[in-house]
Amino acid sequence: MKSIMIQNGHVVDPANQLDGEADVLIQEGKVAKLGKGLKVKADQVIDAKGQLVTPGLVDIHVHFREPGFEYKETIATGSHSAVAGGVTSVACMPNTNPPIDDQSIVHFIRAKAEKEGYCHVYPIGCISKRREGQEMAELGELKKAGAVALSDDGAPIMNAELMRRVMEYAKMLDLTVIDHCEDSHLSNEGVMHEGEASTALGLRGIPAASETVMVARNILLAEMTGAKFHAAHVSTAGSVELIRQAKKKGIHVTAETCPHYWTLSDKSIKNYNANFKMNPPLRGEEDVAAIRKGIKEGVIDCLCTDHAPHASTEKQCEFDQAAFGIVGLETLFPLAYSHLVEPGVVSLSRAVEMLTTSAARIIGIPAGTLTEGANADVAIFDVKTEREVVAKNFKSKGKNTPFNGWKLKGWAVTTIVSGEVKYQQE
Amino acid sequence: MSWKSKDLLTLEELSAGEIAHVLDTASSFKEVSTRSVKKVPALRGRTVVLFFHEPSTRTRISFELAAKRLSADILNVQAASSSLVKGETLIDTLKTLESMTIDALVVRHKSSGVPQMLASVTKASVINAGDGSHEHPTQGLLDLFTIRERKGKIEGLTVTIVGDITHSRVARSNIYGLTKLGARVRLCAPPTLLPVGIEKMGVEVYHDLDKALEGADVVYVLRLQLERQKNNLFPTIREYSMTFGVNNERLKRARKDAIVMHPGPMNRGVEISSGVADGSQSVIDDQVTNGVAVRMAVLYLLQGETNEKPS
Repeated sequence: MKSIMIQNGHVVDPANQLDGEADVLIQEGKVAKLGKGLKVKADQVIDAKGQLVTPGLVDIHVHFREPGFEYKETIATGSHSAVAGGVTSVACMPNTNPPIDDQSIVHFIRAKAEKEGYCHVYPIGCISKRREGQEMAELGELKKAGAVALSDDGAPIMNAELMRRVMEYAKMLDLTVIDHCEDSHLSNEGVMHEGEASTALGLRGIPAASETVMVARNILLAEMTGAKFHAAHVSTAGSVELIRQAKKKGIHVTAETCPHYWTLSDKSIKNYNANFKMNPPLRGEEDVAAIRKGIKEGVIDCLCTDHAPHASTEKQCEFDQAAFGIVGLETLFPLAYSHLVEPGVVSLSRAVEMLTTSAARIIGIPAGTLTEGANADVAIFDVKTEREVVAKNFKSKGKNTPFNGWKLKGWAVTTIVSGEVKYQQE
Repeated sequence: MSWKSKDLLTLEELSAGEIAHVLDTASSFKEVSTRSVKKVPALRGRTVVLFFHEPSTRTRISFELAAKRLSADILNVQAASSSLVKGETLIDTLKTLESMTIDALVVRHKSSGVPQMLASVTKASVINAGDGSHEHPTQGLLDLFTIRERKGKIEGLTVTIVGDITHSRVARSNIYGLTKLGARVRLCAPPTLLPVGIEKMGVEVYHDLDKALEGADVVYVLRLQLERQKNNLFPTIREYSMTFGVNNERLKRARKDAIVMHPGPMNRGVEISSGVADGSQSVIDDQVTNGVAVRMAVLYLLQGETNEKPS
């Protein structure tokens, strides 16, 4: 395996409190040395002067659609999209067909990723059999097979007793329970946030309380069971406040949010464009402000994409019939850099931390740092050149983004996974 | 005044002047329907497609008559008989129609926003004949026409709209049209049938029908979808009728010369009593008559202005 030296870059590695010019030496797929002015010969030298060098990003919430929905995305195309965004580790949600509720599917995904993947792909196992929210899946077997966390993402767990038992059992397994917090009765087949905008558009609304009441329930159950509860894609002011209080009380709760919740509101939905449709929906402006504040104050632990590719026909149709979800891997860092770091919501170092070590810690995967001896997963970003988002050029099969045409900084230039260059900007 | 847009999608996007222009144009078309030969050549040679994806009798017939009286060729495409049931997307169906060169597309769909979506991908004029809970602009226009005809004006009138506002495209189009033309709009419904943030549309919200009717010039009763009761939006049809049903006794609160409107079809004895529906203040039949004239005006403005005017 050839050695790589990344020279003169601005290295941000929060795990080592590093934020300055440094070199990174990669040998045998590992970080061999990290420091200033390294004088070591390497097979390949990358001059990163003027560029940002970080640990490869960790996205703990993606949908790679395989098995079952390969027309939307595959492990190959999804992970290609990941490295094109500087992401080197992903955790994929189990709403596949068949769902990841059985160890054989965990093995299938790991084997596929090993063979065709561009980055590290970690499967998340189902909470319930067939994601039906009725009976517990074989959680222990899922873990043995390699599942790194548990979730029925996309499907709410309406049965509080099931959630209680899953949390108790998951605590024994030391697995984090990631919940898509939504009360499906309150959502009542809504298709966007309930508010003035839904009233004007005549679209059925999903009230903010639909998410917030489930965050509240799960916090209470996490307190009761002592389990690790992670709130997926937090979108409401109420959720942020409850998580803030729970953390103060020492309850083991963590939270993630996605770029669309800190950049767009329900008022962004124009012309019934279903590329603005996802679940949870784009919320009110007060929610967007609360999400940004939650990021700033550390209530939100990590940033993820909820990368949800769909075929164009599933989006270019009636808004209320369109599929929920948007792609996000290739715009994750540019939206964090241009809309969190540049406006001063968080420091560059904190943003990188939320995109690397913080995220990796939640599901306990070995990723997110350039510590000597760590896997050589490295991302190099151009944070100076402003470029337009061009959806049709995405590596993902899904072109369903609300950000098409946005001008952003922070584009991935080079992405290295386990010491191999897996993406190079054209 | 010439017409700018190729489409009529909402009343939200029309100015007060444009709305008045449609109403004025409709006045000159109303006379056509009173002739023994009810036809003018304004849209001769044009093809109008009626693209209805939701059961509709009165709106479809009204558009069909309007187009026929303008001498247009009509094509009825209904969901049940079209390739949509075979899984074709709406946009593909539209492209198929467009390839056969059509001039106007009148769209009714249960999903909000469908006319907008279709208008953005076709060169044909798109007329919204009701989309989901969003808008029903020609209904709004015919209601404005009827009010203006009966009251001589719209500005300064107090209009009380009673019923299920949340699910009503008729209510939204009327709210936009009436407020743009200077009427005071009151809405009356239980909170469960009022959408969040509706007061931001420049209306006053009431839960007490008697207060809402006090001094009203126009009482607009909306149809109650009886199946809403199953979704717990009101306890029983009986309670709804007792609390929000308009009858002659309650109508006394409104001005003596108040008119009563309903977009149809009515649930007699639920939201409106037969006494009111058939009473001297009811203009419900006028609404239907005026619907044809207003739709002729809309088709003419979007399509026929280059052809000769009725004479």
